[in-house]
Amino acid sequence: MFQNGFSPRRVVVTGMGIACPLGLGVEHVWKRMLAGESGIGSIQSFDTTTLPAKIAGQIPTGVKADGRLDINEWIPVKDQKKMDRFIQFALVAAAEAVEDSGWVPPDEEARCRTGVMIGSGIGGLETIHEAAQLAVSGKAKRISPFFIPSALINLASGQVSIKYGFKGPNHSVVTACATGVHALGDAARLISLGDAEVMVAGGAEAAVCELGVAGFCAARALSTAFNDTPAAASRPWDEGRDGFVMGEGAGVLVLEELEHAKARGAKIYAEVIGYGMSGDAYHITAPAEGHEGAFRAMKAALASANITPADIQYVNAHGTSTPLGDDLELEAVERLFGDDARNVAMSSTKSAIGHLLGAAGAVEGIFSILAIRDKVAPPTLNLEKPSRESAIDRVALQAQPRNINIALSNSFGFGGTNASIVFRAAP
Amino acid sequence: MSDTAEKVKKIVVEHLGVEEAKVTPEASFIDDLGADSLDTVELVMAFEEAFSVEIPDDAAEKITTVKDAIDYIEKQKGE
Repeated sequence: MFQNGFSPRRVVVTGMGIACPLGLGVEHVWKRMLAGESGIGSIQSFDTTTLPAKIAGQIPTGVKADGRLDINEWIPVKDQKKMDRFIQFALVAAAEAVEDSGWVPPDEEARCRTGVMIGSGIGGLETIHEAAQLAVSGKAKRISPFFIPSALINLASGQVSIKYGFKGPNHSVVTACATGVHALGDAARLISLGDAEVMVAGGAEAAVCELGVAGFCAARALSTAFNDTPAAASRPWDEGRDGFVMGEGAGVLVLEELEHAKARGAKIYAEVIGYGMSGDAYHITAPAEGHEGAFRAMKAALASANITPADIQYVNAHGTSTPLGDDLELEAVERLFGDDARNVAMSSTKSAIGHLLGAAGAVEGIFSILAIRDKVAPPTLNLEKPSRESAIDRVALQAQPRNINIALSNSFGFGGTNASIVFRAAP
Repeated sequence: MSDTAEKVKKIVVEHLGVEEAKVTPEASFIDDLGADSLDTVELVMAFEEAFSVEIPDDAAEKITTVKDAIDYIEKQKGE
């Protein structure tokens, strides 16, 4: 986890929770993903008539027993108005992750050694939209006292800590689409450095709303050519790709110091062995030439893990399905792997669920860990004709059994922020 | 029970998520009905909206029970 020979405490993953366009529940979502199902559909939650993009990945509604979301099953009605949907998603994913980990701090000292770091790229956008409408119609006085705590990004961490009594470091990451990886990596480092024994970490996003879609449309970032065939819209590396598809949801992981996890007999999914970051210092939305920032983030992650590219069997790509970004990331990964490129599999799970922005890195971290657990690379859907050939197997259309022991996951964000994280099979 | 009392009770039940039986005239929003300070601010705003009255902050601070709310609103409506 650290460079320069510093020997830190080891960090493992002991719990995972997910709410995404393929539904709720890690096993349910993973099964659907390996089966090649798509969570992308037409937007029903608001009128898209005037918008060029009319599709997104939204969490399916319905009962929990079917792997669907009815928020009334999770959060009392009177509390729902106190939190934007991104916070609600965080609570849903955190509930699964915490239960899965079996971690219940036995005393005050243990509560104080358990922290939360759940970020978001955008936060309570829909809540801000609603409050702004009151303001422009001269009703600013009618704005709810819950407006600010509902919209603030760190309130995801705040609400989770309040629900469970986790009194350790309470922190939040805001780095656009790199948020999820930064949250996992930073939380793992807090444990390594001794600030906590357990961190509940991840990302949440609920920007599939009128302002969110309109904003990304204006930036010409979204797919608009597949409004009638939503499941075909997210097609990383395919020559027909024309932008990303927005997704919503949350991914939350319970990270824990290795000896702490062993001492309580916790189930261990994987170890966080590497983490690297970089900045492009180039452009507000476009990646730098050759995605050299991504290259440096990956290189730093490998250095901190003290491994070489030959040690990695699977890469979960940022792969958003944008014309520019996908091939640049591919170029950077090829450059990193060199002759080892032919031995690695790389897929983009965004092909099935869209781009969950600040939640992407967290849910993709979960997919990377499951790829290690089950020795299978999840597919890149819709990759029918790659825009360019590569020695790297991009797991087109169907999941592939692979002997995966170490996986790397990438996330890059607007502003030129890049983060990579490395997981290894449980020690 | 007056119309105002019925309506106040309904708003309290909705906003605080409490059982109707608990919303007695003497019930204190904070001590008996589980509200915090932000809940009471929101409750007062809901009363203002529902009854088309203005409740200034200094008056709002004195509305701590269901009966306080009913009395204040009825007094405003009576004038």
